[in-house]
Amino acid sequence: MSTLKLAWKNLTNKPLTMLLSLVLFALGVGMISLIFLIEKQVQDKFDKNLADISLVIGSKGSPLQTVLCNMYHVDDPTGNVAIKDVKPFLNPKHPLIEKAVPLSLGDSYKGFRIVGTTLEYPELYNVKIGSGKLWGKNLEATIGADVARIAELQIGSTFYSTHGFLNDGMNGHDHGQFTVVGIFEKSNSVIDQLILSTTQSIWEVHNHAEGTPQEEHSEEEHNHDDHEGHDNEEGHDHSDHEGHEGHDHGSHEGHNHSQEEGLPQQASAPQMDFSNQALLQSPEEEITSLLIKFKESNRKSFQALNMLKGINENTEVMASSPAIELNKLYDNMSLGESFLRNLAMIIVFVSGLSIFISLFNSLRDRKYELALMRVMGASPTKLFFLIIVEGLLLAVIGYIIGIALSHVGMSIFGGQMQDKYHYSFTASQFLIEEFYLLGGALFIGFLAAVIPAIQAFRTDISQTLSES
Amino acid sequence: MRLYCNAVFQNRSKKQINLVGFGKPIYKLTFTMLQTKNLKFSYDGKNFIDFPDINCQKGEEWLLLGQSGSGKTTLLHLLGGLRKPKHGEVIIDGKDITSLSSTSLDAFRGQKIGIVFQKPYFVRALTVEENLLLAQQLAGVDEDINHIIYLLNKLNVGHKLKSKTDNLSEGEKQRVAIARALVNRPAVILADEPTSALDDKNCQEVIELLEKQAKEANATLLIVTHDGRLKDLVKNQIQLAAL
Repeated sequence: MSTLKLAWKNLTNKPLTMLLSLVLFALGVGMISLIFLIEKQVQDKFDKNLADISLVIGSKGSPLQTVLCNMYHVDDPTGNVAIKDVKPFLNPKHPLIEKAVPLSLGDSYKGFRIVGTTLEYPELYNVKIGSGKLWGKNLEATIGADVARIAELQIGSTFYSTHGFLNDGMNGHDHGQFTVVGIFEKSNSVIDQLILSTTQSIWEVHNHAEGTPQEEHSEEEHNHDDHEGHDNEEGHDHSDHEGHEGHDHGSHEGHNHSQEEGLPQQASAPQMDFSNQALLQSPEEEITSLLIKFKESNRKSFQALNMLKGINENTEVMASSPAIELNKLYDNMSLGESFLRNLAMIIVFVSGLSIFISLFNSLRDRKYELALMRVMGASPTKLFFLIIVEGLLLAVIGYIIGIALSHVGMSIFGGQMQDKYHYSFTASQFLIEEFYLLGGALFIGFLAAVIPAIQAFRTDISQTLSES
Repeated sequence: MRLYCNAVFQNRSKKQINLVGFGKPIYKLTFTMLQTKNLKFSYDGKNFIDFPDINCQKGEEWLLLGQSGSGKTTLLHLLGGLRKPKHGEVIIDGKDITSLSSTSLDAFRGQKIGIVFQKPYFVRALTVEENLLLAQQLAGVDEDINHIIYLLNKLNVGHKLKSKTDNLSEGEKQRVAIARALVNRPAVILADEPTSALDDKNCQEVIELLEKQAKEANATLLIVTHDGRLKDLVKNQIQLAAL
């Protein structure tokens, strides 16, 4: 019978005496592992979706919110910017900018955000078309793989967008029916959870409100319009002024009449040019943000570094650097993480102490056994290792239960994140840190067992057996 | 104070092995299996217990009698190599065990000496079978389940092979303890008050079993006891008396 088997039998003979130690140990290990898993996967998601985007240009507001909303689609938009305010960045001859991708947010379908943008947007993430094609005209949509799967959309499916980001079945647009023309391959990027179409489609959906019968609202809407000005068009307005869903469309109506840009005609009459140049023809229209990718050679140049400051000090729009904002976010997260991690460490320490006490007590009950084993020919070293192995075995069992707990926890957390943000997290990813954690667990097991093991080593056979 | 132990040897007889040649015994051979010389022990370094020299031949049965406090158990522990004497030699199968290193002594004890304790101890997490296998394994002897089953059957506890030791009666425990003492075919079996917890019937049975098994294994049996019931059962006797 090997030492391992004997240690196992000793532990399982009276499982209750070790249960508390084991549960504590598993909890501690599980917490540490879960923190690793969440931290790693959240950062992976953030980093993967960085896509070399240097700046996000949007309306004045919280830079972190701008980044979260426009790059990660987890927060509400801060507001809109007029095309004319971002005109310089849309100029293809801009010396620093390689790509400027406009985003128009505000509508959704079954909780998935509809993004009005250009064909350069999926290029940022190197996403390939899985089936069908990219959108070619207004109200055509190419959708992410998760959208297709969860919202059960196929090529040829049609849907109406919902105002805002909530999947509450209210606030539906009954105009501007989108048609799915393509589905992206799963890329694990943010594209998986988006519905992409032209910027002009978003405008068109909202401009069409003009022709819909909403008379009963119009009076109120126009009044509202008077003191709210022309800040309108996008879903964020809805979130700012709850209960006035119709308001945006109504206000837009007024807005368009007053501007006489002839844009509704342009947008509603499908045209093939949806490039940035086409946007420049509607300087008063609005978009939510502009994602800026600098030219490779300019990414670290002096001008590029100064551009952020220059924009924020001299223009009506705001530029945010995703790298800076994410670092701030990580800093904030790490505070909470380190607190939780320290708490978990304390739990592991207490469980180590508990293993020590349990082993110590069990040795008191088993001192005759140990003396007997010495009589039967076991050397003191053998007894020492037997107790050490018992401690290590407890640690390994606790570790396995803890890792199982953390992955179950991860799958619950992942499910919640999926429901809320449509980001998918996996419980089946194992990290190298978890392997290091095994080393730590074994160390604690060893520490807890070493004093009882020395005691076993020193068993005085004759004295113990004479005590009876 | 100095303690003197008087030894009273009764019916001291040497086992005779008759070698047969030309139809009649020509040699009387004896083989000393267990021997002590000038054995002294002290717990505190001041008060010494002197033990009488013992000389037991291969296959003999001996009874070591003495009242409580006469140093019986101490002597048994010295003979079993569980304690080192302050002075003197313990020679088992030709080897002075007091001169062995700790590791060699552990191995020697496991292989050559079977000990039956007053209270039958076991590794409680294990079954009867596993306890006996452990005894073989710790002594560095090949595992031999057939021998284990044979011994348990001989001791009428064969059906308890798979039982946890906690589930045995006192009598059964003592039998299993005897089986464990015999499992490595030791040269010497030391029994410390093996019958003190048993009723008359079990007492007699256990002694008979011990004798029988020792005889079968051709092992030297030394029973340490204050149990008067055994006086008539074993003929070779040493009396320890504390003065």
